[in-house]
Amino acid sequence: MSTVAPSADAAEHSTRSEDLRLSALTKQFGDFTAVDSLDLTIPAGSFFALLGPSGCGKTTTLRMVAGLEIPTQGDVRLGADDITWAKPYRRPVNTVFQNYALFPHLTIYENVAFGLRRKGRKDVAEPVREMLGLVELEGFEGRKPNELSGGQQQRVALARALINHPQVLLLDEPLGALDLKLRRQMQIELKRIQVEVGVTFVHVTHDQEEAMTMADTIAVMHGGRIEQMGSPGELYENPRTTFVANFLGQSNLVTGRVTGRDGEDLKVDAQGAEVRVPAARANGVDGDVWLGVRPEKIVLTPAGNRPDRNSLGRAEIVDVSFVGVSTQYMLRMPWRQDLMAFEQNTGARAVLKRGDVVEVGFAGAHAFLLDHDQDARAGVDQDLSL
Amino acid sequence: MTAQTVVTPAAGRQRRWNTAWLLLLPGGLWLTAFFVVPLFQLVATSLYDPSGSEELGYAMTWSWSNYGDAIDFYTGPLVRGFGYAAVATLLCLVIGYPLAYAIAFKAGRWKNLMLILVIAPFFTSFLVRTLAWKLILSDNGFVVGVAKTLGLVADDGRLLATGVAVVAGLTYNFLPFMVLPLYASLEKIDHRLIEAAGDLYASPVQGFRRVTLPLSMPGVIAGTLLTFIPSTGDFINAQLLGDTTTTMIGNVIQSRFEVGDYPAAAALSVTLMVLIVILVSVYIRRAGTEELL
Repeated sequence: MSTVAPSADAAEHSTRSEDLRLSALTKQFGDFTAVDSLDLTIPAGSFFALLGPSGCGKTTTLRMVAGLEIPTQGDVRLGADDITWAKPYRRPVNTVFQNYALFPHLTIYENVAFGLRRKGRKDVAEPVREMLGLVELEGFEGRKPNELSGGQQQRVALARALINHPQVLLLDEPLGALDLKLRRQMQIELKRIQVEVGVTFVHVTHDQEEAMTMADTIAVMHGGRIEQMGSPGELYENPRTTFVANFLGQSNLVTGRVTGRDGEDLKVDAQGAEVRVPAARANGVDGDVWLGVRPEKIVLTPAGNRPDRNSLGRAEIVDVSFVGVSTQYMLRMPWRQDLMAFEQNTGARAVLKRGDVVEVGFAGAHAFLLDHDQDARAGVDQDLSL
Repeated sequence: MTAQTVVTPAAGRQRRWNTAWLLLLPGGLWLTAFFVVPLFQLVATSLYDPSGSEELGYAMTWSWSNYGDAIDFYTGPLVRGFGYAAVATLLCLVIGYPLAYAIAFKAGRWKNLMLILVIAPFFTSFLVRTLAWKLILSDNGFVVGVAKTLGLVADDGRLLATGVAVVAGLTYNFLPFMVLPLYASLEKIDHRLIEAAGDLYASPVQGFRRVTLPLSMPGVIAGTLLTFIPSTGDFINAQLLGDTTTTMIGNVIQSRFEVGDYPAAAALSVTLMVLIVILVSVYIRRAGTEELL
């Protein structure tokens, strides 16, 4: 992993990096509103992910930043410059396209040099060499894109965009065409390169794991709007909507009712079980709520041992999937709802069997409350459809 | 038979080869009967004694001088044939490229209709359409009238029976052969490549020059060949729209065959064929290999 010393050239070109600001950005295709009055500030130098299912407007947002789509309303600013109406070839923004869109008739060298040449640079040899070093593709200069593997093409697409020292690099599902193993590897690679070059990366993906692995900040998009924005940890640990709770990982959502307050905690009646959840994790809801607990936060203890934490009561194990590092249990609750629980195979206890009866508990600090008016199924399985 | 990595028993390989030969058989027989044999016949005829005639018969005398004589005597039509064809091909490219581009990228739901319109002239005979051009370019027609008003044609000038008319006819008749391959190669271009060019600071003109045009080169080559080769040997346009000063090599070959001067006609045919093969291979070599995928 060769570290490329920032050359004089790089310093001269990446003069200033500015925040990318979208205000009231809207795009309509006929009657369909793809992006609905989006307000978003992406700090310079951050790795930002727009995460959402297909059709949520994330790619349209990206294309408006790239200049490939003209907004119906609103504007796109880079620092103080309004670039809403700037032609794509006049924006300090480059894109890594889905499926790369490498020029098939040009060599890797010429693909990477393309942007510099269009800007009238003559001495492209040094920057091209440096870029191919950054993406670890030295020696591939003379090849054509179709002679490269998917992962290598992905790196060329990255080098071709980064060589221009854009202020913002847009990545449209950059790893979508790679197989799982390569995708994992490239996730780490992309993150390394982003840290190394310090350019703002805006990454569009439907893959929540990909977004969580790489991004500093994730904006979850749904129906043309941003559902919630924050660090991967914040979004995962305290989702504010059922959509985020289900789209980012899995959640058990149990119908409950806030019955009172006890110091810092809210008392919640969850299907007859009284549990406590810190008021800070209540997302400001009151009355009828969804009580959310992530499957790995559920603690199972043998029946009879009343857990010293929030208890949801006794459940029967109706399904057991042994995954290796963990075991997934399906729990049939007394109110006929099935909950999921993941347990690490630490070896502390034998794997439970189907038909076993267990006490289901969780720590209040790991639960969250959501408005009961929201659809408990929102976002379920949506990440499977590209 | 492309390289198969699967190891198969020799018998299986043998069976596949047999199938391949069987599939080639009908086409091979057809070409042998109607191309290879006539070609030999043509080359043989070109070497017959030039004094032969239909009444007296023809003798094989290996008269290589037929070639020198015919080329000497018909240099004008030969050069004119290639010249007119080259100009017509260039015009077809200039007219056809924007048309194909518009159909491929801008026509939207009108795409199919426009393609049908390009092919529509084929529903009428080649001869009838060329005859129609006689009317279009006639001395009293509006085209000549407009050209005179604009000063493009002298007051006592005409278009019909000139090289302009012949080239116009050739261009008209062969335009679809240019447009269709161009359309096919333009239509295949992934639109994201053009977006990518724009994203990488190429203005629309640069994007066209650096991405669209190189990627459409297979269409340009196919289109120019499909236009140039048949128009070089064409005689209908020169016959209907030209006069004795616009005679193309095709007209000479046709008239030599008609008067029974088979050796000269055959020698000219072979000359034409050889020249085209040489020109085309040079052309493909220069325009093709590097730019193509």
